[in-house]
Amino acid sequence: MLAKITVDARGRSCPEPVVMTKNALETHHGDLEVLVDAEVAKENVKRFAENKGFKVTVSEKDEDYVLFITK
Amino acid sequence: MRKGPILIAGGVIGLLAALLVKFGNPVNMGICVACFYRDIAGALGLHRAEVVQYIRPEIVGFILGAFILAIAKNEFKPRGGSSPLIRFILGFFVMIGALVFLGCPLRMILRLANGDLNALVGLIGFVFGIVIGIGFIKKGFSLGRSYKQNAANGYIIPGFAIILLVLLLAQPAFIFFSQEGPGSAHAPLLLSLVAGLIVGGLVQRTRLCTVGGFRDAILIKDFHLLTGLIGIFVVALISNLIFNPAAFKIGFAEQPIAHSDFVWNFLGMSLAGLGSVLLGGCPLRQTILAAEGDTDAAVAVFGLITGGAFAHNFGTAASAKGVPANGQAAVIIGLVIVLAIASFVVWQKQKVEVKVKEGVHVG
Repeated sequence: MLAKITVDARGRSCPEPVVMTKNALETHHGDLEVLVDAEVAKENVKRFAENKGFKVTVSEKDEDYVLFITK
Repeated sequence: MRKGPILIAGGVIGLLAALLVKFGNPVNMGICVACFYRDIAGALGLHRAEVVQYIRPEIVGFILGAFILAIAKNEFKPRGGSSPLIRFILGFFVMIGALVFLGCPLRMILRLANGDLNALVGLIGFVFGIVIGIGFIKKGFSLGRSYKQNAANGYIIPGFAIILLVLLLAQPAFIFFSQEGPGSAHAPLLLSLVAGLIVGGLVQRTRLCTVGGFRDAILIKDFHLLTGLIGIFVVALISNLIFNPAAFKIGFAEQPIAHSDFVWNFLGMSLAGLGSVLLGGCPLRQTILAAEGDTDAAVAVFGLITGGAFAHNFGTAASAKGVPANGQAAVIIGLVIVLAIASFVVWQKQKVEVKVKEGVHVG
């Protein structure tokens, strides 16, 4: 079981949240948690991960979104 | 994600652009974010080129339309602090490049949809600039994160839009309005404003972005935003044939508010594409983000306006006659400065990453 890692992409402009997620998915093979604070970033990361065949669940934490990305 | 909504949104933008031309905007300039900011800079007296001075209500509409929807959808979030000064410089040079080509990336699509093949040269340059920018992004280019700010920051841009609208309605003597040239050609105020509100709302909801469309397609093989651009192109083409058939003409020569200087059409849009991709969005998208409370995007917008004023004060903007020497020099200087900034950011970032790795202790 690989450890879960967290990518903090809060406050980043396009396309950085997606690029950070992409890089993390390429180097890490366990579950991934991505933290974003904008609706746009949430949509973009979700669309990207789902297009790559991952499952994405979104939850809200304070004013941020937490995207849990898993195979 | 379904592509229907963004395709339709793009189509509506293409239709509105053709209608704005039919009702008075200059040909192929139903919507041009760069030209409109340049006209606003002129109306405010920041430059004195008498043919390009008008407070374009479309811009007011973009801002207020996006602001209203952002508030309604709880997406209005005052934020900032992501390299504002670099964003100002990038906005400035995006405008310098756009005014050498004669149009923002959106007008480039509209010009293409009316048969202006010079815009095809511009498009190739634009994509070239985006590819260069993507190279920097892959190497880790980032302007850093923004942080939540006091709400007051977020209301500055919507307030600015309302002040522009008041000045447009009141027409005080210190505001300049062109009597001839492109600045004097405009659709009725209410129509322009309503069209702007619709476009602002649509772009806020769909996140449509001219630079994002090509960037995402190349970088992550995601064709979502590009679909919206195709919608703009196709519907603008059809609408032009229906509403403005006399102006439709396929070719390079004698296109309205355009020149056929291949090299500078290419390089001007390369600069606009590179600057926009580093900013994270095209001039239209920066405007929408600014309306949503993104003060970094707002700083980029002020960079665009300053670039518009500079371009006409120092004779760097092109015209139908071609690109002046000052404009050629400005594009080269712009490319050098923007590439230098991007390289410096990447270099600094890699240096920090090496230090972090050296500092890692194992066990």
